[in-house]
Amino acid sequence: MIALLMRDLRLAVRAGGGFGLGLAFFLIVTVMVPFSVGPESDLLSRIAPGVLWLGALLSCLLSLDRLLALDWEDGSLDLLATAPLPLEAVVSVKALAHWITTGLPLVLAAPLLGVLLNLPVEGFKWVVISLLLGTPALSVIGTFGAALTVGLKRGGLLLSLLVMPLYVPTLIFGAEAARRGALGMGVETPLLMLAGISAAVIALMPFASAAVLRINLR
Amino acid sequence: MSIWEYANPRKFLRTSERVMPVLWVSSGLLMAVGLIWGFFFTPDDYRQGSTVKIIFLHVPAALMAINAWFMMLVASLIWVIRRHHVSALAAKAAAPVGIVMTLIALATGAIWGQPMWGTWWAWDPRLTSFLVLFLFYLGYIALWEAIDNPDTAADLTSILCLVGTVFAVLSRYAVNFWNQGLHQGASLSLDEKENVADAFSNPLYICMVGFVLFFIAMVFYRTGTEIRARRIKALLARARQEA
Repeated sequence: MIALLMRDLRLAVRAGGGFGLGLAFFLIVTVMVPFSVGPESDLLSRIAPGVLWLGALLSCLLSLDRLLALDWEDGSLDLLATAPLPLEAVVSVKALAHWITTGLPLVLAAPLLGVLLNLPVEGFKWVVISLLLGTPALSVIGTFGAALTVGLKRGGLLLSLLVMPLYVPTLIFGAEAARRGALGMGVETPLLMLAGISAAVIALMPFASAAVLRINLR
Repeated sequence: MSIWEYANPRKFLRTSERVMPVLWVSSGLLMAVGLIWGFFFTPDDYRQGSTVKIIFLHVPAALMAINAWFMMLVASLIWVIRRHHVSALAAKAAAPVGIVMTLIALATGAIWGQPMWGTWWAWDPRLTSFLVLFLFYLGYIALWEAIDNPDTAADLTSILCLVGTVFAVLSRYAVNFWNQGLHQGASLSLDEKENVADAFSNPLYICMVGFVLFFIAMVFYRTGTEIRARRIKALLARARQEA
């Protein structure tokens, strides 16, 4: 498992792996927001937590189609499926690698972009914490979507259509926690719900992803 | 005599074709009676005026929008567990009907909401969860359309349906938490004292039964079409092989 994780990480970091693309996209989306809604700092600071969450979600979505597609094309997915490692573990490791290369950088970059959006001081801590708790769920759910569409030639748009509705609960609780934190309100309830969703999804979703992947590899 | 006999497409077709005329006629009659009674022979509400009458379309459509998804869930489970092709095709056949019902519910709600709430749309929990349900239907239908191999498509969509159900329910409670509601509570329930007045509830019940029968007839009809389409494909493939 660790070997697989290291392999995925190395592949992502080296040329053509697309590492950092998600991060750059996150930056671009955040920069575009003031252009579209206007530069008033009051408005920006009010919508900053939501914008950061939406940006993180979109950059996560953007990198999903290469999560399994490259391994599918060169046939290493078939090898992984016949390996002694159960497929559930393979997809979990894939999701973990996706989170380390996409989710974690987003979490670390969020405070910097928060400055651009005039995020209130109390908000920084809660945006980071809620993203830290929520992005693993985004990666794991996204792996399910990637497994669903892996056999399709141009599955990118379909992937977004399938995964977006599944992201709704995570986005609601995550953005709500960040918003309440920025306003200095109690964040415990949405944060606990978010953590619950992440934990449940990490525990159960790999089974669905592996089942779907087995069908696609048949 | 067990229900699994209808897993045989020929048996399913024969029986459903015998039942369908009854279903079409009775659902048409019930919908006509319910809607005409509801639209022309019920009193205006003392606060809402005649706009209240859109309830006769709105509530049955919303009912079927949810139950169509539920029926797809059951059919998907049957496909995953017992692998009866008719069941997978029934789930495929129900999805477009369900999405149309969802659209009717959303549209009639908007038309009613404009004079009553003063807005076409509000991010109310019930409205929002219906919109999310609409997105789930879209994804489900798109996935069916995208995959060529029918068995793979049936497998993938049924798992999407199962996972989607969990997330749809989760979203329902998430949006409850996220915004307070504008929508009234349930119009009809067995255990509550305050229901819609009898003058409205009788035609409403008739409409609901009519919509249920209409949905069943639609699913039978569309499933029959799917079975025949698949048969044509098989025959064409065989003819091509022999040629």
